[in-house]
Amino acid sequence: MPEIRVTPLGAGQDVGRSCILVSIAGKNVMLDCGMHMGFNDDRRFPDFSYITRNGRLTDFLDCVIISHFHLDHCGALPYFSEMVGYDGPIYMTHPTQAICPILLEDYRKIAVDKKGEANFFTSQMIKDCMKKVVAVHLHQTVQVDDELEIKAYYAGHVLGAAMFQIKVGSESVVYTGDYNMTPDRHLGAAWIDRCRPNLLITESTYATTIRDSKRCRERDFLKKVHEAVEHGGKVLIPVFALGRAQELCILLETFWERMNLKAPIYFSTGLTEKANHYYKLFITWTNQKIRKTFVQRNMFEFKHIKAFDRAFADNPGPMVVFATPGMLHAGQSLQIFRKWAGNEKNMGTVGHKILSGQRKLEMEGRQVLEVKMQVEYMSFSAHADAKGIMQLVGQAEPESVLLVHGEAKKMEFLKQKIEQEFRVNCYMPANGETVTLPTSPSIPVGISLGLLKREMAQGLLPDAKKPRLLHGTLIMKDSNFRLVSSEQALKELGLAEHQLRFTCRVHLHDPRKEQETAMRVYSHLKSVLKDHCVQHLPDGSVTVESILIQAAAHSEDPGTKVLLVSWTYQDEELGSYLTSLLKKGLPQAPS
Amino acid sequence: MKLYCLSGHPTLPCNVLKFKSTTIMLDCGLDMTSTLNFLPLPLVQSPRLSNLPGWSLKDGNAFLDKELKECSGHVFVDSVPEFCLPETELIDLSTVDVILISNYHCMMALPYITEHTGFSGTVYATEPTVQIGRLLMEELVNFIERVPKAQSASLWKNKDIQRLLPSPLKDAVEVSTWRRCYTMQEVNSALSKIQLVGYSQKIELFGAVQVTPLSSGYALGSSNWIIQSHYEKVSYVSGSSLLTTHPQPMDQASLKNSDVLILTGLTQIPTANPDGMVGEFCSNLALTVRNGGNVLVPCYPSGVIYDLLECLYQYIDSAGLSNIPFYFISPVANSSLEFSQIFAEWLCHNKQTKVYLPEPPFPHAELIQTNKLKHYPSLHGDFSSDFRQPCVVFTGHPSLRFGDVVHFMELWGKSSLNTVIFTEPDFSYLEALAPYQPLAMKCIYCPIDTRLNFIQVSKLLKEVQPLHVVCPEQYTQPPPAQSHRMDLMIDCQPPAMSYRRAEVLALPFKRRYEKIEIMPELADALVPMEIKPGISLATVSAVLHTKDNKHILQPPPRPAQPTGGKKRKRATEDIPDCKVLKPLLSGSIPVEQFVQTLEKHGFSDIKVEDTAKGHIVLLQEAETLIQIEEDSTHIICDNDEMLRVRLRDLVLKFLQKF
Repeated sequence: MPEIRVTPLGAGQDVGRSCILVSIAGKNVMLDCGMHMGFNDDRRFPDFSYITRNGRLTDFLDCVIISHFHLDHCGALPYFSEMVGYDGPIYMTHPTQAICPILLEDYRKIAVDKKGEANFFTSQMIKDCMKKVVAVHLHQTVQVDDELEIKAYYAGHVLGAAMFQIKVGSESVVYTGDYNMTPDRHLGAAWIDRCRPNLLITESTYATTIRDSKRCRERDFLKKVHEAVEHGGKVLIPVFALGRAQELCILLETFWERMNLKAPIYFSTGLTEKANHYYKLFITWTNQKIRKTFVQRNMFEFKHIKAFDRAFADNPGPMVVFATPGMLHAGQSLQIFRKWAGNEKNMGTVGHKILSGQRKLEMEGRQVLEVKMQVEYMSFSAHADAKGIMQLVGQAEPESVLLVHGEAKKMEFLKQKIEQEFRVNCYMPANGETVTLPTSPSIPVGISLGLLKREMAQGLLPDAKKPRLLHGTLIMKDSNFRLVSSEQALKELGLAEHQLRFTCRVHLHDPRKEQETAMRVYSHLKSVLKDHCVQHLPDGSVTVESILIQAAAHSEDPGTKVLLVSWTYQDEELGSYLTSLLKKGLPQAPS
Repeated sequence: MKLYCLSGHPTLPCNVLKFKSTTIMLDCGLDMTSTLNFLPLPLVQSPRLSNLPGWSLKDGNAFLDKELKECSGHVFVDSVPEFCLPETELIDLSTVDVILISNYHCMMALPYITEHTGFSGTVYATEPTVQIGRLLMEELVNFIERVPKAQSASLWKNKDIQRLLPSPLKDAVEVSTWRRCYTMQEVNSALSKIQLVGYSQKIELFGAVQVTPLSSGYALGSSNWIIQSHYEKVSYVSGSSLLTTHPQPMDQASLKNSDVLILTGLTQIPTANPDGMVGEFCSNLALTVRNGGNVLVPCYPSGVIYDLLECLYQYIDSAGLSNIPFYFISPVANSSLEFSQIFAEWLCHNKQTKVYLPEPPFPHAELIQTNKLKHYPSLHGDFSSDFRQPCVVFTGHPSLRFGDVVHFMELWGKSSLNTVIFTEPDFSYLEALAPYQPLAMKCIYCPIDTRLNFIQVSKLLKEVQPLHVVCPEQYTQPPPAQSHRMDLMIDCQPPAMSYRRAEVLALPFKRRYEKIEIMPELADALVPMEIKPGISLATVSAVLHTKDNKHILQPPPRPAQPTGGKKRKRATEDIPDCKVLKPLLSGSIPVEQFVQTLEKHGFSDIKVEDTAKGHIVLLQEAETLIQIEEDSTHIICDNDEMLRVRLRDLVLKFLQKF
């Protein structure tokens, strides 16, 4: 029995370290190859030894697909390809291919240079790994081999994010990666056609949330930033260099312009500046509005937002600073935070400990930092909420759904909802747990056009209500399957037809002449068999379709006539019916 | 399968393919060479043009002198320029289901087709094709609309009058169908019917046919198209290039195994080497400027201009031209330069790598930044204040009949210091220059046409091996001007089928198979038997379902279980459906074994007689006779259904069913 098998190596009932193995029609595909933010030990990367203990990964995997550039989806890639060893193709979109190595390098630097980790992948390994990448266009059907094909759909989550359809013959799986079903200020909404996959593997970060409208959150954000600046405070917005940062920049830029605000906005330099450039060059991946107007005004060329210099942090007066990294655990954002945390006029966002209400933080060197600034948590991350996930399931119309990239409890809720609403099975395997789905693929064969046209022509007859049977012969030669008419099959194989014919003698009591008997038979059959072609031939015989009926005198009894009913095996049913009908005799002729 | 040929221009094709149940238009090219018969539209009133003498017949009759003007022995129509449309009468264009566009030059007739023929289908094109195509149309409309011309000549089109005119007016084809330019509103409406597609995207048309665009290497987003069903494949090759310029390289491998390959859009200048031409372009440009002259480059706002700017970027410093201003004047100059930078995915590998850095893929970004290249929407406005000479001006239209180029021709034509360099291959430069004669300005002809030449074509055909090649008639004979050059034509086996405008070709292939899917439940129930080594057969009786041109075979419905008591009654009352076919039989019946079997089943008193062709088995007791021959068996019996069925089943044991 053919089946699809799915095993998450990461992101099974968890957020982070996305890595999902899929086996479909004998092909093995690995979806994403991420790292886990929460761990610094072995657990940060997926356990690739699960894939194969003895063999080479390249022999086992047909391809690897990376959905987008976030490290929890591609952070383990150089480790996987260069240190564990994989030489097969790795597919991702162009923007992902462009941006992914930069983030990997950044990640490597923090791990090796700042944290001093040994046995980490090197810059050269990132380069070698990227050489194995094949870039794909949206909607392009990429033929991985003769049977396996993949196709990317727009996912909207970050620049270049894509959902992937993996297809072998008539079986298919769709993996969403991370996606967003509502367009935001810089990206469009995810979209997929009604591709009816056997399985949809979807992220479920916001499985239980129906998020308030984006507009409200934006208004809230702008109001808070505006208030802080009005009161002369400084606003720190820790962000990741790519993604939300650009959305928030566009938001602030347009707000500053509209309100004619003068407080400076800074963007921490380096990666982020470069990031804006990527958005400019890959503008075809952004939303409709930005694409339409980019000639007049490229939304990523900001007027009010300037590059940040470390010294600016001490400048008096209000300002807004976007600084990396978003988790506020190191780097520039942490430095600025330390400087500004003591003043209650200032405002900052995010940061786990601070968020949980802790107001005194122990920093390196046992200093205690008292946080007096206002702290706001605002989520702008572009994941589909429960409504969006349901919407995508509705769009793709899968036969079953599998949830990853979310918390178990929330998944449970969404699973029930999906099962109720769509009447499909929904799975939520934990890491290392395998889900097996039996499939029943139909078998494509070639049908001879002659046979098909003959059938179709008959199918158009008025009494097409009853299902009609098509009869033919399937010729199987190697892997070539052809369905032809029986006549053609015989001919092709050089075989002669064997004709089987029956002739039954039916005795009728009828003293009249043979011709008259034949005439009576004709009228009787004509009246009974309204849908059949009944004919009286000049030689006195009667035909019903291709069945021949002749009347003859009985050699001994002149009062009896013998009807010879003759038909071939192909007319078996009708012939048999006619003999039993005639056996019952003819109705009395009106005298 | 038929091909309707609506355009006579080999590089601006417009064909309609009828394939299975679909009607597919391949490209929508607009032949603009018709405009060469018209007087230029000057931006500023030109005394020279307005004082040209009217043309009169040999006998002195001057009734056409308002419509026709003479300039240096050539006659021009003094009217709004008109274009030669694709044939609209050969096929009802409202029946066209889809239009496939191969590149932005081949969609210029789109508004005429989509807006005025009842067309209600979808147009497919890549994103760069649409964006740049829009720019080309916008520029064209702008050029024509900004110089409103009161006069619209039509008298000369009268068939009886046209005969009297001098060449080439006399020989112009289908002048009655020539049309004025469309409006921006029509352009927008036409473009709104386009659906964007990516390379190698498989697009299903009504479940019957699949179409796929492939990179053709000629321009940003330019495509060839595969039109296929499961058993037939047509490749449409239009405007392809194997040279490494800025676009993504041509995808040749996917063209393999075509039944028919339709080949259009080859180079218009098969004898010119594009690389050599670029070199000549640069050196002539440098020579003129160094001598204090100006250089005019009539061009389209997109395409080869990107490559020229890139060459100049590398060339100007070494040639000491860093102080010479380069001007690019077009209503869409800015858009074109901006758009060129955002199509990373459609560019050649080198340029893609630059975007990954991230840097703009084309160096003209730097030329603009350093003020070496300046662009203006028109020569009015900012340009007039910035204008410095000597300079190099890129501007349209390459026909020299409208656009800012007309002004520069008038302005610079009188001085032999200046040079006009023709790079676009679409118009004969001599004809383009005719209304400006006499001219003191130097004219250099460096046509850069990167499309396939005949050597490349023959290599390509060897590589992809189509069963049949179809092409415009122009490609099956050497060019008229070089009739001895037998190498300048398509040479393939079997010879290419050629077409000309308004012709209908029956394409040479017969469809024999169609794809059908067998449902797994049905497949499980099939009983294959091996007939010959490696060949197995299975008889299939199934229900055919056809929806959206997809065919599916499902298991036959289970016969309604007749309940015991009613069984006999039913058998006589229900008239069987004669369309339920029984399988065919094959094989032969060995008489001895058959008789043994009969005996085993309780028949006695069996007699066998030999006949000329076989045997007769007599069951005397049952008054039954069975004639057995090599290929037939005939059972003749009394009307005893039980007996007959028993005999039938015994016979069938010896035969194979098909």
